[in-house]
Amino acid sequence: MIAALQLYGHMMVMSVKGQMQYRLSFFFLTLASFVTTIIELVGIWALFDRFGSLGQWQLYHVCFFFGIVNAGFAVSDALTTGFDQMGTLYIKNGQFDRLLLRPRSIALQLFGHELALRRAGRLLQAVLVLIWSGFQLQGSFHPLAPLILLFAVTGVICLFVGLFILQATLSFWTVESLEVMNTVTYGGVETAQYPLAIYNRALQWFFIWIVPLGCVAYFPVVAALNLTDPLGTPWLFQALAPSAGVIFLALSLLIFNRAGIRHYTSTGS
Amino acid sequence: MTAMLAAYTAVISARYRMLLQYRTAAFAGILTQLFWGAIKVMVMAAFFQYSTQSQPMNLAQVVTYIWLGQAFLGMLPWNTDREIEQQVREGSVVYELLRPVDVYFYWYCRTIALRTATTTLRSVPIFIVAGLMLPAMGLDAWKLSWPPDLTALLSFMVSMAGALAVAVGFTNLMHVTLVYALSGDGINRIMPSVTMIFSGMVLPLPLFPDWAQTFLNWQPFRGLVDVPFRIYMGHINGAEILPAILHQFVWGLIFIAIGRWMMQRSLRRLEVQGG
Repeated sequence: MIAALQLYGHMMVMSVKGQMQYRLSFFFLTLASFVTTIIELVGIWALFDRFGSLGQWQLYHVCFFFGIVNAGFAVSDALTTGFDQMGTLYIKNGQFDRLLLRPRSIALQLFGHELALRRAGRLLQAVLVLIWSGFQLQGSFHPLAPLILLFAVTGVICLFVGLFILQATLSFWTVESLEVMNTVTYGGVETAQYPLAIYNRALQWFFIWIVPLGCVAYFPVVAALNLTDPLGTPWLFQALAPSAGVIFLALSLLIFNRAGIRHYTSTGS
Repeated sequence: MTAMLAAYTAVISARYRMLLQYRTAAFAGILTQLFWGAIKVMVMAAFFQYSTQSQPMNLAQVVTYIWLGQAFLGMLPWNTDREIEQQVREGSVVYELLRPVDVYFYWYCRTIALRTATTTLRSVPIFIVAGLMLPAMGLDAWKLSWPPDLTALLSFMVSMAGALAVAVGFTNLMHVTLVYALSGDGINRIMPSVTMIFSGMVLPLPLFPDWAQTFLNWQPFRGLVDVPFRIYMGHINGAEILPAILHQFVWGLIFIAIGRWMMQRSLRRLEVQGG
């Protein structure tokens, strides 16, 4: 385990060094990721400017959700480039055989593929938004808020990493990764920017029990900010809900190893 | 002249038929867009539920605007022609210069196909689901409404041609940028987000703050989404229709003028990559 982590650390350092050879390209890609996210933010701000509030929710509440979800998503997106490109880089041309030959787990090799620094644009913005909305919400935090929020971000990272792994698992069957998965990844980010309580019942159920996005973002934020949940959940449940993200990641890895890799047939000669 | 025109129409139709081949991808895309539309509709419904004062658009209009946006998403200048991108990167763009056609307009024709082919595949199912199935399921508040009268429908169709002019003109400008500037790739990654917000895709333009409206009315990207969709639902009507459509075509022509000028300038000092 320790040897694996050391190896992973080494791969990350090499990846960072590699990306720093193309500074201008890195700058533009980071800027692009910053601009893409700021567009969403401008949309949210304009809506609140026009409508004032969303029932009990104010702009800074929604910004807080936005910050937690986007920070977690940016990190998971940066970690999983290898899974994202598995179909095109390894399955399509039979290169996956080479991964199987190496004396390390497939997941480790794919995680070590790249640490995509260009996602820093989204992360930076999420952090800035969190700081701003945190100041607006001063005084309303629960004493355990830092712990709960750290747990929440961890949960978000785990959940999205899990989703990206599942997306890669699908490509053992479909080769090219499926655009349908975007509904839960990018669509999930879009959904979780607003409080879960505003959505239709069926969608709430889906984002609690199937893809537990509500558990990693909505519930812990409600707990950390001492808000009353229109869905009527108890505080302890809200604070512990991010564990669903960790469980989701564990299940995704299990499916990837058991069902996915076992199903792989090489295209090799 | 007619021979020239025949060559260009042949390019459009060949590319169009080629791009129509990606049907599975298009159907996967439709699911994504239906989901996306549903989320946006629910968010807007929640905002309207708590709103007390009257807004520049009502919920039914905003919902229709959202669904139209999902139906015609492919028409927005959100991507560039991959083959053109590759040609510029590898240097095989020189072959394009040997063809007996104007490169700018040759690319312009390819872009027309790019902007229309997937849209044809994607728009009809979204009209069927959001316009017919949702009301049949009793979800009338979430449906894509039909145009109020024949004038709205006909002027919408003309305005969609105008939207195509803006979209193709701008997409081709992105192609030319690739030749013009070596870091054009980076700029092209940023522009789609900018067009998304200024077209009305992120939020219908009338819902932006009142102080921003003068600027929003002048800028080109409203011609992509805001103008045709509001004409469709009769939100832009009567004497307002003609200037709005004119606005689209004028910007479409301006993009052609800039793009062609940049193309000719860069051809004079073209440096071909690779050997």
